[in-house]
Amino acid sequence: MKRLLLVLMLLASPLWAVQPDEMLDDPVLEARAREISAGLRCLVCRNESIDESNAELARDLRLLVRERLVEGDTNVETVDYIVARYGEYVLLRPNAQGANLLLWLAGPALVLLGLGLSVGFIRKQARRRDVGGETDTLSKAEEARLREIMRD
Amino acid sequence: MITELGHFTLILAFAVSVFQMVVPLVGAHKGWPEWMAAAGPAATAQFLLTAVSFTALTIAFVTSDFSLSLVTNNSHTLKPMLYKISGVWGNHEGSLLLWVLILTLFGASAAWFGGNLPPRLRARVLGVQSAIGVAFFAFILFTSNPFLRLENPPMNGGDLNPLLQDPGLAFHPPFLYLGYVGLSMSFSFAVAALLEGRVDAAWGRWVRPWTLAAWLFLTVGIGLGSWWAYYELGWGGFWFWDPVENASFMPWLISAALLHCAIVVEKRETLKSWTILLAILAFGFSLIGTFIVRSGVITSVHAFANDPERGIFVLLILGVFMGGAFLLFALRAGAMEAKGIFGLVSRESALVVNNLFLVVSCFVVFIGTIWPLLAEMFLDRTLSVGPPFFNAAFTPFIFVLAVILPIGAMLPWKRAKIARVLKPLLPGAVLAVAAALLAYAIASGQSALGPVFIGLAVWLVAGAVVDLASRTGRGAIGDRLGRLVRLPRADWGKTIGHAGFGLTLFGIAAVTTYQTEDIRVARIGESFTFGAYEITLTDVRQVDGPNYVSLMGSVEVLENGTPLATLHPERRFYPVAGMPTTEAAINGGVTRDVYVVLGEPQRGGFALRTYIKPFANWIWGGAIIMALGGLMSLSDRRYRVAAGARRRRAEPVGVPAE
Repeated sequence: MKRLLLVLMLLASPLWAVQPDEMLDDPVLEARAREISAGLRCLVCRNESIDESNAELARDLRLLVRERLVEGDTNVETVDYIVARYGEYVLLRPNAQGANLLLWLAGPALVLLGLGLSVGFIRKQARRRDVGGETDTLSKAEEARLREIMRD
Repeated sequence: MITELGHFTLILAFAVSVFQMVVPLVGAHKGWPEWMAAAGPAATAQFLLTAVSFTALTIAFVTSDFSLSLVTNNSHTLKPMLYKISGVWGNHEGSLLLWVLILTLFGASAAWFGGNLPPRLRARVLGVQSAIGVAFFAFILFTSNPFLRLENPPMNGGDLNPLLQDPGLAFHPPFLYLGYVGLSMSFSFAVAALLEGRVDAAWGRWVRPWTLAAWLFLTVGIGLGSWWAYYELGWGGFWFWDPVENASFMPWLISAALLHCAIVVEKRETLKSWTILLAILAFGFSLIGTFIVRSGVITSVHAFANDPERGIFVLLILGVFMGGAFLLFALRAGAMEAKGIFGLVSRESALVVNNLFLVVSCFVVFIGTIWPLLAEMFLDRTLSVGPPFFNAAFTPFIFVLAVILPIGAMLPWKRAKIARVLKPLLPGAVLAVAAALLAYAIASGQSALGPVFIGLAVWLVAGAVVDLASRTGRGAIGDRLGRLVRLPRADWGKTIGHAGFGLTLFGIAAVTTYQTEDIRVARIGESFTFGAYEITLTDVRQVDGPNYVSLMGSVEVLENGTPLATLHPERRFYPVAGMPTTEAAINGGVTRDVYVVLGEPQRGGFALRTYIKPFANWIWGGAIIMALGGLMSLSDRRYRVAAGARRRRAEPVGVPAE
């Protein structure tokens, strides 16, 4: 029974991320392969890069990336090659084309807008001093209260 | 029998929540004291009833009552007791019951500790809080009833997802829910204030402790979750920008903004409508988080139930509460009159900038999280938004926040001169630049981002220390030390919290920049060198756990030639769930973790991954310290003696600036 479980376990055991036998001998190429893999999504997983994933398909993609690099492709060419086959879904970093510009520019645009509004607001409320807001000098009542406190 | 009792009390709690929603609100509107006073006992009753219901479900899990469909699907007799108990909230229905339990606990606490609130405000707060209760009781009873029975109970259950069988699950969700749900209090206070049509310093003083509590629970919850992912998922990542993680991070960012601007309301009586808006938004993001986790519309590694019907229900709750609150806000916010005024360079302005950057960074996380959904619905594009996007789009905001934080924290209220603040901070800045340069020299060839953030971390911690020291004034060192000890706890809390933020940034920067990794096939008995470590896989054998079998490796680690530790990385298999897991073995330390993962057998050995992760523990240590800062602030005298808040409101005395 125990042996059966162990066999089951080995059968069910996924391939954990990058395997020693996948790795390239050239450390520079391998480092590039890792960098590229970290930016490509595993297609059958929920939300993992092929570098982290333990799915069979992720392994195939990792090998494909290394194959392209060995053949002399640049990083960009390798990624383009894979996007051409699997679609932009594999890109964990969405490109900045078309409507995706909205995604990329939303943050900076909002900060600029917010800064403008904030400065406008602060200036406007600072001017309110003249029309009955808080003033730098004490009012009569405040002066009286201050004298009372100082006496104590 | 106990199960039916639990089901019955849950229905009863629902009824009480409807009562508590209607009666106090009507009472507050009409000015009937008896009706308003009904809120307190009702809140207590609601909590007790829900607690009985929760206990009943826990008993069912502990005794493995497989006549309950929920227990059958998520438990097993062989499961260790800790996981039988934590399994109660390791599923959609049970976790929702925990949600409402905490919700009613917060409501009841507001009733117990809110004795010094004006009766009308108190009635309104409890009424609004109960309205949230009504929505969630309906949600749980009509779509996600945990007490459903099976006609033919099986002999044993289907076990809990093995990844969740970890002490992490016992503590991570409760803390997270305390945070999520705690923000409902801020929301209730905000809506109650809008109903009143009035916000003053006292309101700021009441709403801040609740926000602070929610924020510190969220901090601990997120920290625990990150730590759990670090040691459980098998490659030592601590943050994945997964939608569910983002779901908890967004309310954290907004509540951080809220707890800062509540200070402005309390001390300076301005930025009132902005504070109200943030309080509404903070809870809104809590609800959005609930939607993301429970609807399954956005794919995530750890979503709960993928049930569109439930998703629609949560969306409905979100729509009603946000829609209602925003409508009320549009009608009433104009009436919030600001008292204090401030110049462009002042503490107030600095906090406005803090709020702006926290809110925009939250928005970036939000749009990144939902963009795949929007793109699919409106652009007909299937795309992904992953860690590379968030790292690029989110980090700049944290950079700016960290740069301005120490300066802003020291600026005087009302009007300030920046040069006067920069002078005492100069040594801190020099130290920070030195640290960054040193880090850059060590990490030659790596990205410059790590050293920059290490410098920023030093800047934050040094700034926090300078800030605290400056609060002790001038004079002999003895006098200053005496004053240091007597400083209000809120000042200590601020320093500790800001320093904790610096420590977390330091940990993140160090791990991401200096981590090293080794992947190889290790044969038993053969040693290899990795950095300063000599590592030997001495043995791999089979071990039986209570509900799993395991392949356990023994790995001898020598540090600079002296024995450091024997680590036991495992590969487990849970037969009932049919699922394997990896258990990494970690030798933790202050300056580095040695992290070992056992892979599968190949080429006469085993795949073995070893990582050296410098300063990894600082990430979570910093989070704990941030939370401690929050706790310190929460225990400040002025919240314990909140009665002073109502003192002499009639007198025309200006609000003191400090």
